[in-house]
Amino acid sequence: MPGARRRALGTPALSGGLALGYLSLIVLIPLAAVVAKAADGGWHHFWQVAWNREARAALELTFELAGGVVAVNAVTGTALAWTLVRDDFPGKSIVNAIVDLPFALPTIVAGLTLLALYGPTGGVGVDVAYTRWGVLMALLFVTLPFVVRTVQPVLIELDRDMEEAAASLGAGRFTIFRRIVFPHLLPALLSGVALAFARAIGEFGAVILIAGNLPFKTEVASLYVFEHINSDDPTGASALAVLMLVISFTLLLTIGGLRRWATRHDR
Amino acid sequence: MRKLLIALALVALLIPSAAGAARKDTTLNVVGYSVPTSVYPKLFAAYQATPQGQGVKFTSSFAASEVQSKAVAAGLPADVVNFSLAPDMERLVQAGLVAPTWDKNQYKGIVSRSVVVFILRDGNPKHIRTWDDLVKPGVQVVFPNPFASGGARWDIAAAYGAELREKKTPAQAQAYLKELFQNNVSQDTSARNALNTFLSGKGDVLLDYESDAKLAQSQGKPVFYLIPKATIQIETPLAAVKGNNSDAAQQFVNWLYTPTAQTIWAQNGFRSVVPSVEKEFSGGKHPQFPFPPDLFTINYLGGWDKVNTQFFDPTNGIVAKIEQGLGVSTGG
Amino acid sequence: MTRYGVRTLSLGYLAVILVAPVGLIFWRAFEQGLHPFWAAISNPIAVHALKLTLEITVIAVPLNTAFGILCAIAIVRHRIPGMGLVNALVDLPLALSPVVVGLALYLLYGRDGWFGHWLLAHGVQVLFALPAMVLATMFVSLPFVVREVVPVLREIGTQQEEAAATLGASALTTFRRITFPAIRWAVAYGVVLTTARSLGEFGAVSIVSGGIEGRTQTLTQYVQASYENFDQTGAYAASVLLAALAVTTLLLMTVVKRGDRSS
Repeated sequence: MPGARRRALGTPALSGGLALGYLSLIVLIPLAAVVAKAADGGWHHFWQVAWNREARAALELTFELAGGVVAVNAVTGTALAWTLVRDDFPGKSIVNAIVDLPFALPTIVAGLTLLALYGPTGGVGVDVAYTRWGVLMALLFVTLPFVVRTVQPVLIELDRDMEEAAASLGAGRFTIFRRIVFPHLLPALLSGVALAFARAIGEFGAVILIAGNLPFKTEVASLYVFEHINSDDPTGASALAVLMLVISFTLLLTIGGLRRWATRHDR
Repeated sequence: MRKLLIALALVALLIPSAAGAARKDTTLNVVGYSVPTSVYPKLFAAYQATPQGQGVKFTSSFAASEVQSKAVAAGLPADVVNFSLAPDMERLVQAGLVAPTWDKNQYKGIVSRSVVVFILRDGNPKHIRTWDDLVKPGVQVVFPNPFASGGARWDIAAAYGAELREKKTPAQAQAYLKELFQNNVSQDTSARNALNTFLSGKGDVLLDYESDAKLAQSQGKPVFYLIPKATIQIETPLAAVKGNNSDAAQQFVNWLYTPTAQTIWAQNGFRSVVPSVEKEFSGGKHPQFPFPPDLFTINYLGGWDKVNTQFFDPTNGIVAKIEQGLGVSTGG
Repeated sequence: MTRYGVRTLSLGYLAVILVAPVGLIFWRAFEQGLHPFWAAISNPIAVHALKLTLEITVIAVPLNTAFGILCAIAIVRHRIPGMGLVNALVDLPLALSPVVVGLALYLLYGRDGWFGHWLLAHGVQVLFALPAMVLATMFVSLPFVVREVVPVLREIGTQQEEAAATLGASALTTFRRITFPAIRWAVAYGVVLTTARSLGEFGAVSIVSGGIEGRTQTLTQYVQASYENFDQTGAYAASVLLAALAVTTLLLMTVVKRGDRSS
């Protein structure tokens, strides 16, 4: 009954048109302005601007740090998810709620809190302010929930019979994890780290106070764009912004693919 | 859900329009570079106590000079602007926002002066006294980003000029700048941010405005400052912006040159441009603003137009080249 | 033993990265009692920043909620050309740096921008004023409602809606009586997430706001400005206020999750 369906929720042209219009105003046209600005001087000029040493160093550093974020989150995120699902201890529900805090806490506050404790006046004997370690820490703060929240539901659904069967056949804990649990977690884990990776590539608020913003040392891509908006170079800012846009979009498509893979795994 | 929406609508009604500034009184928006952030509130209060200032309200925004200048050019509402250096004002003249005659008053449009100083940690553990000490191995130097901060440009102009004063050739002075950048450990967006970076423990020496040094001391921070033998005189331009409030803005601008206002500037670490006030603070046995033996102005280096092109062009300037060159060794 | 090892690792990590730093901020803010905290957040500039932040949120959240529901329906129910693109674009703000968003609006609504030139000539101030700040906030908080509603809409299918339509119910009635009750918890969850994101937005807004104290400075920008101007008490106090809002959001999320489960 296609006719009935159409009447059920208004005409497709109307709702689709409204959705597209809204999206154009808020997302498409502004991004088009960035692309247009970057393309101002032609293709050759774009590469020249986007691929200068400072921009390249910023991108390299961003990827390095995002890689670190992926590595750390893969381990700690899985461990946290496992603790929340399989372990039991007093205050577990509080821990479960706290994991979401980075989603709700403003990023500038995240940066400030890390600087307060791990900065020069923190009093714990560590000073990561204005170092790559500091930036990494800020990125770890804001990406903490991603892997936990993608792996946790899979772990809950996971049938424990297989693990018990394996154990009764004499398999060690590590073997069980590696052969039975891990393959089931993998798609969710990958989509979690991909989300964390995407977030780490673009993060700004959490790193601005802690990075101290030294070109070639702590200047990540978002800071590069910010600095170049500030220093009268909208073309340079736009060029790197376009690269970041392409990276974000690619990552989103990857994550979409991973999600589909994960659902296939489920069924 | 409907209740939620109604509640949200009620909240919206209860919040008086925060962004709308349409009131009966005049509200002047002052857009400034970062260093006088803490002076302006005092100036506002003093002005509001004068007959002409009654009923005038103020809002303000302070950030790196070039950031602010560009923002005003891009449409940031402003009635009065105070930048770190003249080219940032010229940008607004080009944009038709500031009258080309802004520098035609008896003070040449300069509302306050300062000098570039070394801010050092108490006890001076690295024994830093001269420009040459800054480029010794292991000395960590902090100054802001020269592509955003006017203060950083004054710092670099001071360093370069001081080398020339020591009879170095331009090539040697450029080599000195390169070494200075090698020892640079942080480049913040504004002079204010750089001061913060330094006060939170980073680096051995900060190149900064004398007024920032005095501010840090008044905050009880464990730092002191030295005025190097040769250094540059900082001159910060002020102007009213064209628009609905330009008369009120011009009145405030004029008032900022009165002895009352200039005294507030001086009490907060800035060198006055009005001779009577300047004499009061620079004279006597313990002058608050001693003059270094070899003080030069930007004209010694050929003026800002020349210096900006030569040093701070984002792709071909000497500083851009130095930073790109350093990228090879520090980017890995 | 493995259990304790994993527990120590995960809880230790949580403590080092999250709990200790956030806890320290609370401690610092109240170190000298309630009075300095209160003095810091009740100064006119902080109060204005809070009001402005709430004002932006109150405008952006309903618009994004309405759009989110509409967009989810368009994506799930109407297979029309262009919806694939919409589906992909909706997620973009999740992965895109807020700095790029700020830059985009800066380019569009600046004096030399595509729209900015004309708008300024007609006396409409978008950049460095409320409109641009709302647009930036809407951009970054766009996906949340859509992402929550789409899966639910898929799950509930079309049977009931079609039945209602066959019985002669209008589109609006069908939505009000059939569709909305089914997706309301998803909408509520999306609204909570959108609100949290709007209250906390920093990067995009800081590029387009101009940061005028008492005029276009939001609470997150107030945190930054206070910190940078030696007012640590002010920065910590405003941070605590924002963190308290975040914790409230967390509680709401938990409540909404429970409501969803019980319905």
